[in-house]
Amino acid sequence: MTEVIKHVDISYYVYLSVLLFSIGVMGVLLRRNAIILFMCIELMLNSVNLLFVAFSSYMGDANGQLFVFFIMVVAAAEVAVGLAILVMMYRNTKSVDVSLLDKLKN
Amino acid sequence: MGLSEILAYSLGVVSITTALLVVFSKNPIHSVLYLILTFFSIAGQYVILNAQFLFIVQIIVYSGAIMVLFLFVLMLLNLSGDTEPQKDNVFKIISVVAGGLLFISMIAMLKGIGNMNLPASPDSQIGLVKNLGQLLFSKYVIPFELSSVLFLSGMVGAVMIGKKDAEDIN
Repeated sequence: MTEVIKHVDISYYVYLSVLLFSIGVMGVLLRRNAIILFMCIELMLNSVNLLFVAFSSYMGDANGQLFVFFIMVVAAAEVAVGLAILVMMYRNTKSVDVSLLDKLKN
Repeated sequence: MGLSEILAYSLGVVSITTALLVVFSKNPIHSVLYLILTFFSIAGQYVILNAQFLFIVQIIVYSGAIMVLFLFVLMLLNLSGDTEPQKDNVFKIISVVAGGLLFISMIAMLKGIGNMNLPASPDSQIGLVKNLGQLLFSKYVIPFELSSVLFLSGMVGAVMIGKKDAEDIN
């Protein structure tokens, strides 16, 4: 499978990652369901991971792939805590609408 | 156009399509299922990029653990698709335009990324478990141990946040 590195330009992976990241940002701005916001954050993390792996493979440098490994570790911990907060929020407000959380404004 | 190129481009198309469906589908359960497809297509990109270890980790951690957690919480909360209040159309258009502008400005910033100095034939063995494990337990051993502390504190935090208060139970 080494042909991909020879035949596909690195800019393809850069543009793909940027597009996925932009879709994630758009989702965070567009939706109000807190679970979907979380999923869009995961999408952004994954687009960055893809770019790391692409550069790591094209450069022949293993440090990038280990960095992706650590990003996955932190993302797993983040999701566990974040979903606990979400369940707590649902228990208090009976909704996962993020726009209800505006207590700090008043 | 060889097999590897077709594979790379079709996986890219699948990941972008499913990512858009994650954002735009009304039912949150459909969003979760499309996100699993996105993660699988990104895992496929890892295979063709010679990152075999990360392919397995991506399947197990993201498509397995994290998305099951999402699906579990979603079913626990019992949300139906039509309960989510929609933002008004002006706000929707503004957010799509903002995402598009971010994309365009990042593309403009990255112009000329193609003519970088890359090695002609990089080592294709770096993604294997042996190589990454040796690096992980020599150069990155302290971050590795710190991540175990992070996991422990995350676990304790999730249990503390998730449990009911003492006065609620009584």
